[in-house]
Amino acid sequence: MIQKIGNWGNYPVMDCDVEEYSPSVIHSNVPQIPRGMGRSYGDASLGAKVVSMLRLNCMLDFNPETGVLWAESGVTLSEILEVFVPRGFFLPVTPGTRFVSLGGAVAADVHGKNHHKEGSFCDHVEYIDLQVEDGRILRCSRIENAEWFDLTRGGMGLTGIILRVALRLKKIETSWIKQINIKVRNFEELCSLFEAHQGSTYSVAWVDCLAKGKKAGRGIFMIGEHASLSEIRQEGITQPFTSLKKKGLSIPFFLPEIILNNFTIRVFNFLYYHKQLKRKRVFLTPYEPYFYPLDSIFHWNRVYGKRGFVQYQFVLPFEGGAEAMQDILETIARRGFASFLTVLKTFGPQEGLLAFPMEGYTLALDFPVSPELFPFLTELDQKVQQAGGRIYLAKDARMSPEVFASTYGEKLSTFQKILARLLPGKSFQSALSQRLQLIQS
Amino acid sequence: MTTIKSEPQSVLILGAGSDIAFACAGLWAKEGKHILLAGRNTSELDRRAADLKVRYQASVSVHLFDARKFDSHETFYQSLPYRPDIVLCAFGYLGDQAKACHDFEEALNIMESNYTGAVSILNIVAADMIQRKSGGIIGISSVAGERGRMSNYHYGSAKAGFTAYLSGLRNRLAHEGLRVMTVKPGFVRTRMTEGLPLPAPLTATAEKAGKDIVQAWKKKKDVLYTLWMWKWVMWIIRNIPEFVFKKLKL
Ligand SMILES: Cc1cc2nc3c(=O)[nH]c(=O)nc-3n(C[C@H](O)[C@H](O)[C@H](O)COP(=O)(O)OP(=O)(O)OC[C@H]3O[C@@H](n4cnc5c(N)ncnc54)[C@H](O)[C@@H]3O)c2cc1C
Ligand SMILES: NC(=O)c1ccc[n+]([C@@H]2O[C@H](COP(=O)([O-])OP(=O)(O)OC[C@H]3O[C@@H](n4cnc5c(N)ncnc54)[C@H](OP(=O)(O)O)[C@@H]3O)[C@@H](O)[C@H]2O)c1
Repeated sequence: MIQKIGNWGNYPVMDCDVEEYSPSVIHSNVPQIPRGMGRSYGDASLGAKVVSMLRLNCMLDFNPETGVLWAESGVTLSEILEVFVPRGFFLPVTPGTRFVSLGGAVAADVHGKNHHKEGSFCDHVEYIDLQVEDGRILRCSRIENAEWFDLTRGGMGLTGIILRVALRLKKIETSWIKQINIKVRNFEELCSLFEAHQGSTYSVAWVDCLAKGKKAGRGIFMIGEHASLSEIRQEGITQPFTSLKKKGLSIPFFLPEIILNNFTIRVFNFLYYHKQLKRKRVFLTPYEPYFYPLDSIFHWNRVYGKRGFVQYQFVLPFEGGAEAMQDILETIARRGFASFLTVLKTFGPQEGLLAFPMEGYTLALDFPVSPELFPFLTELDQKVQQAGGRIYLAKDARMSPEVFASTYGEKLSTFQKILARLLPGKSFQSALSQRLQLIQS
Repeated sequence: MTTIKSEPQSVLILGAGSDIAFACAGLWAKEGKHILLAGRNTSELDRRAADLKVRYQASVSVHLFDARKFDSHETFYQSLPYRPDIVLCAFGYLGDQAKACHDFEEALNIMESNYTGAVSILNIVAADMIQRKSGGIIGISSVAGERGRMSNYHYGSAKAGFTAYLSGLRNRLAHEGLRVMTVKPGFVRTRMTEGLPLPAPLTATAEKAGKDIVQAWKKKKDVLYTLWMWKWVMWIIRNIPEFVFKKLKL
């Protein structure tokens, strides 16, 4: 059925022929792209023909000894939390929303606040079942069909349809997080905190993107650890496992574009920074508001109105990255492009060919779509490129093929070469792969 | 029949490949009930059984059942590991109305999958429940059974038969202290309605329909419309005078 769909940023929105997955969809005469929860921001899971994976939603096996869950790719991370947190298991890596599918998490090889310490999602995936273009179903791991595994992790759905995923969950004593918030006055302070807290399991910083000059990079640095039983008991908490809240606020329709404007975004950023009065705050929090602060407002993306918005997330290598980051932050503040939420964190080493993370700093910004925005982001692209960084495909909606090719470099060429050999039929293509000329003719 | 051992709190789901039925199965499994999944496509049911086991640590078994193979029904029911406390009769087939008009095999498939097959198995179930003086039956019929319409009167008439059967069975079993509930879904987004343009405000998800069914059974309802407004939509449709109705394109 032809449907007008967009992903989380509601930009772009396009006509896609959406079909539910069945084993025979693979024999299609037009290129197709699998789609999970549509929580990528841009055009990664859009295309002329889209295969929805959400019907593949069964959990198939769980081994409480090893913590390995074997589940179909349409199962969401939210469902996994709902089932396994009460049994003392947690996701080994989680993005900033729990409404993503297992397939989407593998295809984008998503990262969380613990990348510097525990790697990306696929570092915790034991194996997957992948349906490839000739219809065969391959078991892929680091040992079996290793080439396919390497290509598929972070491969943005371009290698085939991920049917099932074996994910190793992490054992926890409680579902509480011991959080420490530290208010920082500028970017330099922030960098030294990231450095000093490399050993923390989770770390992330919210940045006031409007602070200029000496204050550029000011914000709140937040670290977290899974709290132990004795830690919560000390605070008088008796229930080790909190359950997920099912109901929350919802934005029922697209708000008028006027609501989220430069002024309101400024006010929000100002308040967020000044809300914390003390320099340092230590407290226990349920995992939900810690990992998924925005998930309690369903459809929050609609506050941007119908025009949609763009997430701009890039990574810069540590080498020279701090200076380049400071320059980018200052440029954004100076030019008056307000981002509602600006998040900074650090990455550790990363495997995989098309993977986004690299050792360095990553910054994610939200901008409402406007005519002035795209030329400005093109300017930022140049800065990212010069600093040896790159842009996250799961969030991108507008990068040029040239910037993409030069920033993903040699690994991209390797990806393309292997892809051409393994998938001569070019059966999997998305609006993103076409825009970036990712698949070579 | 006496050889089957009785276990408390078990549910037999006939046509367990149905999305609505599976939503019910999840809710019951969560409550700790034993689940018996019965249907034609057992490999599909194995997948769903695994899911209920992992999610709810439930006890689940899978059984081959074809509503149209009337002769097999007695043996099927006899060979179940325990006698169910609740039987949910969920199978059904929308069919191809246009085809059914000239191809009697299609018409028969619709009638057997929605009506006669259900009569065959539920007669056996009812006899057993009367004998043991316990148990309850839920049948999923349809609002389509309330008035024949040009677009699906083969399906509609079979569901009408099923609705009348359930009503009679309820009447009979009430005298034995046993319950029968008729479920009349309006539109539900499931495999049955895949690709059909359904009006969103009148369309339930399978999860919503499942929740309604499990709750209504607890509240001891006799007849359930899901979504609730279908009760009023159907009231209107039933009350359109025939001389007007016959000219409408419904
Ligand atoms: C509020 C918010 C916060 C986020 N925070 C983070 C974060 O912290 N870190 C991070 O890494 N990401 C983050 N993301 C991005 C998100 O995690 C990824 O885009 C993820 O891939 C979305 O999964 P999905 O199921 O929605 O997939 P979709 O958006 O539908 O698809 C994403 C990609 O996965 C592919 N895909 C999906 N299912 C399959 C399958 N079964 N087989 C093969 N390919 C498939 C698609 O083709 C597409 O290329 C965030 C997104 C939101 C909305
Ligand atoms: N969806 C709606 O809008 C709607 C509206 C009103 C009423 N209903 C009724 O609700 C019930 C559940 O339907 P659903 O919407 O969940 O659709 P569904 O997913 O298509 O389920 C129907 C199920 O019935 C099974 N079935 C059909 N013929 C059978 C037979 N001869 N023997 C055994 N099983 C058989 C099918 O089995 P296979 O998997 O083997 O094909 C399928 O699993 C049906 O009775 C339907 O008529 C649905």
